[in-house]
Amino acid sequence: MMELFSQPYDLLISPFVEFSFMRRALVGCLALSIGAPPVGVFLVLRRMSLMGDAMSHAILPGAALGYLVAGLSLFAMSAGGLVAGIAVAVLAGIVARSTVLREDASLAAFYLVSLATGVLIVSVRGSSIDLLHVLFGTVLALDDAALILIGIIATGTLTALAIMYRPLVLECLDPMFLRSVSGVSSPTHIAFLVLVVLNLVGGFQALGTLMAVGIMLLPAVTARFWAEEVPNLIIAAVICAFGSSAVGLLLSYHANVPSGPAIILTCGVAYLISILVAPRGSLLRQLVPRKHLSA
Amino acid sequence: MVLKMNRRLLLYATLLTPLMLGSLPARAADTIKVAASFSVLGDMVKQIGGDRVEVKTFVGPNGDAHVYEPTPGDAKALVDAKILVVNGLGLEGWMSRLQKSSGFKGKVITATTGIKSRQMEEEEHGKTKKITDPHAWQSLANGRIYVANIRDGLIAADPDGKSTYEANATKFLADIDTVEKDVTEKIAALPATRRKIITTHDAFGYFGATYGMDFIAPEGVSTESEASAKDVAKIIRQIKAEKIPAVFLENVTDHRLLDQIAKETGAKIGGTLFSDALSDERGPAATYLDMFRHNVATLSEALSS
Repeated sequence: MMELFSQPYDLLISPFVEFSFMRRALVGCLALSIGAPPVGVFLVLRRMSLMGDAMSHAILPGAALGYLVAGLSLFAMSAGGLVAGIAVAVLAGIVARSTVLREDASLAAFYLVSLATGVLIVSVRGSSIDLLHVLFGTVLALDDAALILIGIIATGTLTALAIMYRPLVLECLDPMFLRSVSGVSSPTHIAFLVLVVLNLVGGFQALGTLMAVGIMLLPAVTARFWAEEVPNLIIAAVICAFGSSAVGLLLSYHANVPSGPAIILTCGVAYLISILVAPRGSLLRQLVPRKHLSA
Repeated sequence: MVLKMNRRLLLYATLLTPLMLGSLPARAADTIKVAASFSVLGDMVKQIGGDRVEVKTFVGPNGDAHVYEPTPGDAKALVDAKILVVNGLGLEGWMSRLQKSSGFKGKVITATTGIKSRQMEEEEHGKTKKITDPHAWQSLANGRIYVANIRDGLIAADPDGKSTYEANATKFLADIDTVEKDVTEKIAALPATRRKIITTHDAFGYFGATYGMDFIAPEGVSTESEASAKDVAKIIRQIKAEKIPAVFLENVTDHRLLDQIAKETGAKIGGTLFSDALSDERGPAATYLDMFRHNVATLSEALSS
């Protein structure tokens, strides 16, 4: 171990120089870290943190159908997942806005139905290959198509967020105000849901279930301890996500642990450290009041 | 009214006829219901039992026996069965639960009884632990023991069929001899430097030990574990250092990781090997012996050039 620390090149750089699969994994993580955490920041601000998890289950039947129709095709599975995810999100939104049910309740209902459909489709296929095993990739096996897909999704996400930044922030702060002064509330909401689903689908195909939701939300939650304004929150979340990805990959390389969990656990450690010692609202700050307050 | 009744009866009869026809052979009084855990065992039981047995296979063609989830239909089939044939050696982790929950009261034949099992060293979190390799059927020498165990088990459960089972088993063993000769010859014809290859999960330990080949895999003995970056890096280094000529895909696992390894190292993808499951009837490996014929043909074609 000491040996490792004395040679920073071997520890940090050489895995990426020697192996192209490590470089691909890093590039994939970078793209995902740029696209997903900003979406996560808005999910957290809108108190919809758990929605990412629900949506990730809602995608399953679409991806499964895509697989059954076209085999292990990135395009078919992504398209299927996208359609299923957006259908669930939009239907849940419509039900929430037109009946007594709140959004979280209607979403729960729809995603459970969707998940059950997915499991059923998987079972009807019979005792073939474990479908869940096949549907979700690993960060160590990113091929060109997967990289391009994540890259496109990251680019699209940033562009879309830039376009609807103002209404989105308003919707976080005061949705009633936005609804009363302009008609963009509903389109913004739906476009945002599409972004959530897009990022989950991209993450799924390339990196696996855990990775997709984890890298969207954990950095966003962590960022809350470090920044207050939305742009700073987004920057903090992206830095946290990419830093955790790089550390997690190196951990997987040196300590021989599976890479997906390693990356998410690194995010988790960053979160725990932030709870304890970060500058804003952490336990340390509450126990040790700032100088100028006590003076 | 009567006419209406008759018409309805006729309708029912028409509907039922195909069902009855379909289930007729199954209901013949003297067939014995046998449940087998996965397709390789299912084929063996069919070969040895012939017309006297009716086989239900849980993990079907191209299915992964390591991570199977039984259905209520499986439990029902198991209760109805008089004999259950399992591989043992830790392959079917899900079977003990299924046996318990279904209330199976029949006789269990463990096909690997009497086989000298291989221990595999698997590195996990820096520690090496030894685990038993369950893929014993990948050596035809073990296949003979499988056949003998299944034959004896069937005779014990159905003494009347003794002569049939013995005759079928003898024929099966003779076929194994023929295929084994072919396998040994084809592998022996490969240059010694080209007998080391990569597969997705460690299913060919017995095959390699018996016929003199080295198989290396990123996934370990069970398909359940996920590869770490270190495992993948190790294999890539090994392929480059030892100039391993080809990587082979398996019918039961995801091929994306291996595609990536092949691309990075320049090793060629030699084809698909059948490891833990047979193909369906139209596929190239519909029976146990066809699986060997196909695997050896694939290996020798990719490695001899």
